[in-house]
Amino acid sequence: MKIAVVIRQVPDLIEPLEVDSSGKALDLGSATFILNESDDHALEQALLLKEAQGGSVSVLAVDFGDVDNSLYAAAAKGADQLIKLLWDDPNRPPWPQQAARMFAEVLRPLAPELVLVGVQAHDELDGVLPPELAVCLGWPYVGVVRGVKADDGQGLLVRKEFPGAVMAEFAVRLPAVLGILGAEQPPRYVPVSRIRAAMKSSQIAEQEATVPPWAARVEVARLSPPAPAERAEMLTGSAEEVAQRIAALLEEKGLLR
Amino acid sequence: MIQPTKTAPDFLEQLATSGEGESPLGCMQCGLCAASCPLGHAMEYPPRRLLLRAAAGQVDRLLQSPTLWMCVGCYLCSLRCPRGIELTDGLWPALRDRAMQAGIQPPAELQETFQNLLKYGNVLGKSPRQRLQWAEGLDVPVLDLSKQPQPVEVLWIVGDYPSYYPRNQRVARAFARILTALGIRWGVLGAKECALGECDRMFGEEGLFETLVEKNRQVLQTQRFEKIVLLDPHEFRAMEHFYPRYGIRYPVEHYVTFLANRLSDLTARIVRSIDATVTYHDNCCVGRRCRCFDPPRQLLGAIPGLKLVEMERNREDALCCGGGGGGMWLDAHIVAHGGYRLSDERIKMAARTGAQILAVSCPFELSRFEDAAKVTGLEGKVQVRDIIELLAEAMDLGEKETV
Repeated sequence: MKIAVVIRQVPDLIEPLEVDSSGKALDLGSATFILNESDDHALEQALLLKEAQGGSVSVLAVDFGDVDNSLYAAAAKGADQLIKLLWDDPNRPPWPQQAARMFAEVLRPLAPELVLVGVQAHDELDGVLPPELAVCLGWPYVGVVRGVKADDGQGLLVRKEFPGAVMAEFAVRLPAVLGILGAEQPPRYVPVSRIRAAMKSSQIAEQEATVPPWAARVEVARLSPPAPAERAEMLTGSAEEVAQRIAALLEEKGLLR
Repeated sequence: MIQPTKTAPDFLEQLATSGEGESPLGCMQCGLCAASCPLGHAMEYPPRRLLLRAAAGQVDRLLQSPTLWMCVGCYLCSLRCPRGIELTDGLWPALRDRAMQAGIQPPAELQETFQNLLKYGNVLGKSPRQRLQWAEGLDVPVLDLSKQPQPVEVLWIVGDYPSYYPRNQRVARAFARILTALGIRWGVLGAKECALGECDRMFGEEGLFETLVEKNRQVLQTQRFEKIVLLDPHEFRAMEHFYPRYGIRYPVEHYVTFLANRLSDLTARIVRSIDATVTYHDNCCVGRRCRCFDPPRQLLGAIPGLKLVEMERNREDALCCGGGGGGMWLDAHIVAHGGYRLSDERIKMAARTGAQILAVSCPFELSRFEDAAKVTGLEGKVQVRDIIELLAEAMDLGEKETV
């Protein structure tokens, strides 16, 4: 099966995020970037499918942040083709709607049977990119996917998670786009020496993609860190006194029946 | 009966020329390694059997075994081997490397540590920009050489736990006060500090070890200093033994020898007694591996009122805390397959001496033994203190609040 995986770079949250001088956006110049976690799962799921039934895995990313390292690590894990979409602005990645169109343009001639992408990214919690990409390609889409298996026929059996611990299995005809929440096993560890070897032996193909104009319809008026509220009450005294106070508080707030 | 193959297995041939100890092909199967290993009884392949299988060309079957991730890098097998075969720094990391190259996954807890080292240059996955967090509000000046490069006497590589882990940050602050009180011109690398890697070349993740070596080469060559001083015995061993193989040679000391060499200066500044019975845990790298047994005891002996007693296993026979060889991040794996944590056994030994304080000189050991005290019901009975903390207290340079 010919599989394509879309990966994104997201700000690393171990660094404190800062608001830039406009007061309307994050200062991404001071941020460091890492591979988006659910994209890492999408890659793992693609590699598992390839190992189970053969085929190839192409990995696509926009040229932003530390993307070369993420692409070489993907090659070290077993990806066959690395594609980087050129992008001029070092200070911010494309909007997800722009990225979806750019990826779609490159994916059409590549003609994979399946596209896997992380269902969300922590700088894009609405999960816009995966369904938007499916719309651009005109392919079916299933999101919040926790497992993918080959169907005996021509398609795939896809497990999707719903609220309330409900799991559903979908038969999906190909080609399709899947938004991956978690692969069937955690993303594999690949030793650094293999990543280094991949840097020497793999090529990252750079590809131009038309950057569609994008005017956000919703504008950010102001961005600020949450203001600390002084609502915490520290309970002191013996365990019994504290327990009584907690019980009284729960009752006051109508949480006891 | 396992028959050795006629052609010498290439795996052991490679090891024989790695420069670590004598050729493993000389193993005579005496079994001293397996009998010495603190977890050998629980291993599917104790060291002797590992060597036997490897000699029989059956390396691949060893790679899947949980045994592979049970070595805690204590060096007992290596130092007792009558043939001088280096198992700790040779055989084990080579097998682990081979396993990872073959795509066999190390235990998940360790994978996270590897990722943290690769991404952030520290085992805890903390921001490199917050390297100097330990020094916030400190009452002595800290010279950050990454911002103000200048020649210093001592380049202190603080280490990951002392930089970030609250319990160990207390030790870092105490050491800063001691260095300052001794009138030493010292500096740290601040945001440029990166883990040096471990004694056994990062538990077999050799590519990662080499990445750390290269990062440190770049950082260290921009600085001028007389010597490097370290708190972490594993990093000391890495710098002293493995870095020269990459052409990186600097005078380096672990803090116990650095301070013991300034014993009269220290003694002159000691103003308080510590009236307590203390036992000392020899860490494996500086202790057994580098045979440094007297300096830590001299430091403790310099504190008036302090009565030093020895555990039943001490000096070259000391029982490992279980934190080396990646053990610090393999507790769940080792308990699952070995049945116990070595630090729990060790703190019981400390308690049997009647000591109120277990003194240590390795950043791993504070949290390992404090956890062990909680697990074994010894909390409040045996206090765990770094030698630096005890010295600082005797010099009236300790933290103001109690531990």
